[in-house]
Amino acid sequence: MGLRIYALVLRHLYLYRRSVTRIGDIFFWPVMNLLVWGFVTDYLQRMALPQTVVFLIGGMIFWDLLYRSQQAITLSLSEEIWVRNIMNVFIAPVSILEIMIATCIVGVLKALAVMVVLGVLAYGLYAFNVLAMGWALVPFFSILLLFGWAVGMFTTGLALRFGHAAEALIWGIPFLIQPFSAVFYPVEVLPRWLQTVAYLMPSTYVFEGMRTVLQAGRLDLEILAIAVGMNGLYLIGGAAFFGWMLHRVREKGLLSRLYLE
Amino acid sequence: MADEWVIEVDGLTKRFGNVTAVEDLSFSIRRGEVFGLLGPNGAGKTTTIQLMLGLTTPTAGTIRVFGLDLQRHRRAILRRVNLAATYVSLPTNLTVWENLNVFARLYGIRKPRAKIEELMELLDLAHLAWRVTGTLSSGQITRLNLCKALLNDPEVLFLDEPTASLDPEVAARVRDILRQIQQTRGITMVFTSHNMREVELMCDRVLFLARGRAVAQGTPAEIQIRARARSLEDAFIVIARDGRLHDVAEVTEAD
Ligand SMILES: Nc1ncnc2c1ncn2[C@@H]1O[C@H](COP(=O)(O)OP(=O)(O)OP(=O)(O)O)[C@@H](O)[C@H]1O
Ligand SMILES: [Mg+2]
Repeated sequence: MGLRIYALVLRHLYLYRRSVTRIGDIFFWPVMNLLVWGFVTDYLQRMALPQTVVFLIGGMIFWDLLYRSQQAITLSLSEEIWVRNIMNVFIAPVSILEIMIATCIVGVLKALAVMVVLGVLAYGLYAFNVLAMGWALVPFFSILLLFGWAVGMFTTGLALRFGHAAEALIWGIPFLIQPFSAVFYPVEVLPRWLQTVAYLMPSTYVFEGMRTVLQAGRLDLEILAIAVGMNGLYLIGGAAFFGWMLHRVREKGLLSRLYLE
Repeated sequence: MADEWVIEVDGLTKRFGNVTAVEDLSFSIRRGEVFGLLGPNGAGKTTTIQLMLGLTTPTAGTIRVFGLDLQRHRRAILRRVNLAATYVSLPTNLTVWENLNVFARLYGIRKPRAKIEELMELLDLAHLAWRVTGTLSSGQITRLNLCKALLNDPEVLFLDEPTASLDPEVAARVRDILRQIQQTRGITMVFTSHNMREVELMCDRVLFLARGRAVAQGTPAEIQIRARARSLEDAFIVIARDGRLHDVAEVTEAD
């Protein structure tokens, strides 16, 4: 099992080892986002707004983690579809679980790399220290990654079932989550009913938690436990959806025809 | 056991909505045999191969490979078979060697480097090892796909139009390689092609499909005789046009 997972990870590492543009792809958007939000923060601070605006940078970095995690898992399977390699993978004696684990490992590697680069840049350019959050980073990081995987399995299912037609959804669905996750503002600014929606997203607890930690220097573990539990449910849901889509694809005989759509 | 059946298909049916791609198909393939699936475009050849690999789920019927039920033992079976087809390709942005290395490991080959080198030699790919796959010609890609398909020393090799889009010389070379592999390793091959000369050269036995149904089965020579045709190509045309094969007995009676 380990060997097959290694083989699948290797396949993606080869891809990045060769291609400068691919590596650029990983870092380009996150760095651009950071620059924009960083300067916005700078500007707001100069207008003598409260120092809390620095949360914008933290929000941006964490949001990116969730987004990359979702994208990584979805794109690595879509990539196989686009280059018509998907059948080679599906007739190899490899299980869906192994494919998913390999994809998640690639996702973590990419997310970690982006996180480090953004962390260093944010510190250098805007004196925002991600590490100031201390150990709280670990649960934050995990919750966002896991939620990204859950959403990613959902969008991967769509990519598998609908091919190119689902591309817009692959990129778009995370942004359905963003407004309700209180990334750049506290939940309390949302209307009452949207607050309920917000607390259904594990990511919300992270962004709220991040602000609390930066402001008060303490972390409510109980609340994070809720987020972890929710994540479990979302992961099961995402996996079930993906499994269902795969079943439909096998029924419809689409594995050999995916690239046509 | 005189004949060992490696593939047994019974009552296989596949419907896509209201299109019946394969209908009530039954056949068996012996170990070491080169078995041809023939028929006009849309006859159901590719669908049958997809079903035998578990890529598509059947509407009805059973498939047994190595005596094992495909639905229940899919991964154990996949370890021992492989596929090369025009509609699958290896990632174009990896080198030849990288692609083979990934799949060698995916199949859990014990000595991946030695295996890859042996096969690259056999398929005349050694000088292309560090080329990016996307820059290869279609003949080279066909050989690479074959190379990948041989990595796990498959007992059954599915070949869906392996020589389509190749020039006659390269096609002949691919056929030579396939025959050589078949003879030295005793691999069972399931083969589709629209080139009837090639089928005559390659196949021990063929199954003719028309609109998803089996219309004739036998050696290429038998089919030709039964269709009272001058060549397998003519037999193909008769069968494709009539959608069935008039049996010799039937024909003589009418005479
Ligand atoms: N996934 C699918 N969804 C709907 N119809 C399909 C699907 N796959 C195949 N078909 C239909 O089933 C029939 C058999 O197709 P198949 O690809 O098996 O034919 P084939 O014998 O391989 O033809 P060719 O010689 O052109 O490759 C065709 O009518 C085709 O349109
Ligand atoms: Mg076909």
